[in-house]
Amino acid sequence: MSDVPNDLRYTKDHEWARLHGKVATIGITSFAVEQLGDITQVDLPKEGESIKKGAVFGSVESVKAVSDLFAPVSGTVVKVNDPLSDSPEYVNEDCYDEGWMVQVELKDANELEELMDAKAYQTYLQEQDHD
Amino acid sequence: MIETRQLIHPERPIFEHGAEGRSGASLPELDVPAIDAQKHFGKLARVTLAALPEVSEVEVTRHFTRLSRWNYAIDLGLYPLGSCTMKYNPKVNERVARMPGFAGVHPQQPESTLQGALEIMWRLERVLCELGGFRRVALQPAAGAQGELCGVMMIAAHHQSQGRAPSKVLIPDSAHGTNPASCTLSSYTTVPLKTGETGIVSVDTVAQACAENPGDIAAIMMTNPSTLGLFETDLGKIAEVVHAAGGLVYMDGANFNALLGKVRPAETGVDVMHINLHKTFTTPHGGGGPGAGVVGVGATLEPYLPTPTVEKEGDRYFLDYRRAKSIGRLRSFFGNFGMFVRAYTYMRELGGPGLTLATEMAVLNANYIRARLKDVYSLAYEAPSMHEVVFTDRKLKRETSVQTLDVAKRLMDYGYHPPTIYFPLPAVTGGAGALMIEPTETETKETLDDFCDALRAIADEAKRDAEMVKQAPHQTALGRLDETRAARQPILRWRAK
Amino acid sequence: MRYIPHTQQDVAAMLSAIGKPDVASLFSHIPETLRTKRPLDIAALDEAALLRHVSEIAGHSRPAMESLSFLGAGLTPHHIATAVDAQLARAEWYTSYTPYQPEISQGTLQAIFEFQTIVAELFGLDVANASMYDGASAAAEAVLMARRVTGKHRALLTPGLHPQYVETIETYLSGQRDHAAEEKKIEASGRVSLEQVKKDLDAHDDVACVVVQTPNYVGVVEDLAPIAKLAHQHGALLVAVTTEPLAFGVIVPPGSVGADICVGEGIGLATPPSLGGPGVGLFAAKQDLVRQMPGRLVGETVDKHGRRGYVLTLATREQHIRRDKATSNICTNQGLIALAFTIHMCLLGKRGLQELARINLAKSEYAKAQLERLRGFSLAYSGPTFNEFALRIRGGKPALVVEKLAARGIFVGVADGENLLIAVTERHTKADIDRLLEELDGACP
Repeated sequence: MSDVPNDLRYTKDHEWARLHGKVATIGITSFAVEQLGDITQVDLPKEGESIKKGAVFGSVESVKAVSDLFAPVSGTVVKVNDPLSDSPEYVNEDCYDEGWMVQVELKDANELEELMDAKAYQTYLQEQDHD
Repeated sequence: MIETRQLIHPERPIFEHGAEGRSGASLPELDVPAIDAQKHFGKLARVTLAALPEVSEVEVTRHFTRLSRWNYAIDLGLYPLGSCTMKYNPKVNERVARMPGFAGVHPQQPESTLQGALEIMWRLERVLCELGGFRRVALQPAAGAQGELCGVMMIAAHHQSQGRAPSKVLIPDSAHGTNPASCTLSSYTTVPLKTGETGIVSVDTVAQACAENPGDIAAIMMTNPSTLGLFETDLGKIAEVVHAAGGLVYMDGANFNALLGKVRPAETGVDVMHINLHKTFTTPHGGGGPGAGVVGVGATLEPYLPTPTVEKEGDRYFLDYRRAKSIGRLRSFFGNFGMFVRAYTYMRELGGPGLTLATEMAVLNANYIRARLKDVYSLAYEAPSMHEVVFTDRKLKRETSVQTLDVAKRLMDYGYHPPTIYFPLPAVTGGAGALMIEPTETETKETLDDFCDALRAIADEAKRDAEMVKQAPHQTALGRLDETRAARQPILRWRAK
Repeated sequence: MRYIPHTQQDVAAMLSAIGKPDVASLFSHIPETLRTKRPLDIAALDEAALLRHVSEIAGHSRPAMESLSFLGAGLTPHHIATAVDAQLARAEWYTSYTPYQPEISQGTLQAIFEFQTIVAELFGLDVANASMYDGASAAAEAVLMARRVTGKHRALLTPGLHPQYVETIETYLSGQRDHAAEEKKIEASGRVSLEQVKKDLDAHDDVACVVVQTPNYVGVVEDLAPIAKLAHQHGALLVAVTTEPLAFGVIVPPGSVGADICVGEGIGLATPPSLGGPGVGLFAAKQDLVRQMPGRLVGETVDKHGRRGYVLTLATREQHIRRDKATSNICTNQGLIALAFTIHMCLLGKRGLQELARINLAKSEYAKAQLERLRGFSLAYSGPTFNEFALRIRGGKPALVVEKLAARGIFVGVADGENLLIAVTERHTKADIDRLLEELDGACP
């Protein structure tokens, strides 16, 4: 069973978000990482760019696949996890901590509330499994 | 199991051979005054020499001969890659392509001295027209994907000349990746069509897509038989629907080997189609190329062919650049001429009945493999197979921890090149792996039996010793390679340590 | 049929295993309306008759390689060592497929890795791909790549670019929205006019790349450094193009004077001309542009036992994975000709390449000096050339001279307007050049 930390919010596309003040840290879940396999490249927006909830804001690649990243919230990118450009394996090793992707200053804090909590995401994963 | 072990030499990169000052070149003595390049070119002169190897001809020959032995090849055994049509490459083709009258002609020679070369092109085009029912065939495209680009650009030119600018091309989800990529190069948006449970593209799916994009359909791109090895039985009706919607029908002819003498695509509503001479017509794959992706057209697209075309007037052949609506030129010169010579030689050796027989036996062989393996591997689709058959690893994965990739790698230990794996996309939904097997007509029944026995044995091994299968191959000179490492820290050239 | 092995017994046994009564029933699911009614009308020939038939056709051409030929113009044939074709004839090379299964394709993979290294070295750039169709389509792909890298649309095509390359680039660009290509007339020096490039760059703020051929179509070696500087000042890339890679045995490689991408045609150093195809498109770029490159790339890695090996890598750029968002639609490349190029470059080696280039330069300079003295002829351009140059016929029509010489068994090319195009290489002896001189002396009105 995939690791689903309690303090995060989740999307159906398997991104997570963690809030501190007005800034949300965003990454992909361990379920997504398992599906992708060894990640070889992470493409992220630049600091200062804005991202829009539900829209593609980057991509992750494994040897033989590319997956788009969908923004869980809207806002302005204030920090990018630059080490991922040289060490994409951090996402495989620790997707909830060292493998985070971007930090975004929220446009609308309520957007985060619309995401699934850990319990709902776990249920969602179980449903996926039965499909 | 075929015993495949042999003496194989490890071989360092050529840059790690040789000695300073050594050379494998044979150069003439200078019989004119020498020129000092530094003085002649001044600041444009090269100062640091290109770091090429310094090796003798013997070292070069051993190096590449040794390397060649690390390759699998059709001449070593069955090469059942689906959609690649790895059939035997006749030796006589190679001899003909090397004749000085073909290999030794320069593209800028006056036409009067190129008559034989132009004649081969003219004759090849006529034979291809006979096979496909086309009016004309553009020979210029260098490979299938460039043929697609050529076809899609002609389609765009046609719409433009009608004062229309539709923006979408319908492409079944089973298509080769080159199809959508070629559309993007022509600024078309692609609309993926679901093949559904049967694997066949239904006329209803197409009609619905046309209805959802009124006036905006430029074309449909269909591979027939599809990459699933299935004949698109609705093609005639689909062509009617697409034509009624103002679109044209592009057929990807990668699998033309299944149709020779049976179906002339131009008679089924197809407006344009590329043919891979390196698949159906035995020109060698050369470790990745060169190919030749000639493009047949009906009357609608004839005005837009790339230039020049080869024409005949009386006994004289000439290059014709007069085609006001041409899409232009896709490459330098006239195409991969060396491949034209080989393909023509092959077609004339087999003739009509021989080519028809090739198709019949290719389809027989695929269906034989299907019959011999369907109880062990899961058939992706129930519809009758043409020249290739697609299995999935559903049953295998249910019963064992072995997957498609492991089966493919283990096949090497049995002395075979694996089939195409994890393609086409509709067969690999839901995490399944696909094995796409195309035996071609040039294989004997004994070879097919041995190959099927190997695949059956592997399915058995998967139950008894899954770990062994997952560590395969064991008999090859190198084990599984670390592709993740290659992608994470790309080393794309040799450098001195 | 010698390539189709089944006996009647085989067919019967296989049909029985399949559960079909006859071969025709394997096709019975194809709707009647889609089946052709007319059998194929193509006559078959046995091998001896086939060889007679094609030899006769081959005999209707007069191959340049067996005549005194000074043809170049995008394809300058060099002597290719016999050892090259001896390798190409090995079935392990020519009957193998794209190396998708690395464990049993190390030969092809390592050879491509060596090819990539040699092309990068030759062009003075960091990385090269596994080959493109030819020089012209490689140039078109370079322009598309420059558009992706810069996000700009316009390609500045300089006047020395091979006319067929210009046409090819324009064909590829015509499929793109917001495209534009600019070209101008050639200067008296035969070189790109820096002022013109500057003017064009100042006039447009959407230039993705400046495309410069060197040596250019009329043989003149371009000075790339100031053009690269101008391009970069305007946020554009410099795409260098060459149809004669041998020149970089003696002239400075484009990568070391600022070119971001360098493409070329390698057929002249790989195989006989074969009417211009198959050739091999060379494609190299700076390291930081690698993810925008088209085509296959081979990378070094290790196997599970830690032994050095090679695989296709960074494949997520390509059509089979990224489909409509791929960097190019290319799949099949020119692998076998790339191998020929690699082997020939290894045979020449570090000093051999330079020596061969020097021989070409010396022969060409000798021919230039002699021809310039002929009544009615002059050198068309003043810039330095490598092994090809344009020769002006005062008041003459080059096409007539070409035909006249062809009738005498000598091939020369046409450059532009009043100019012949003459390539002189290591294949020509002093006597060959003197013969050209004699024949031209009589050919001028």
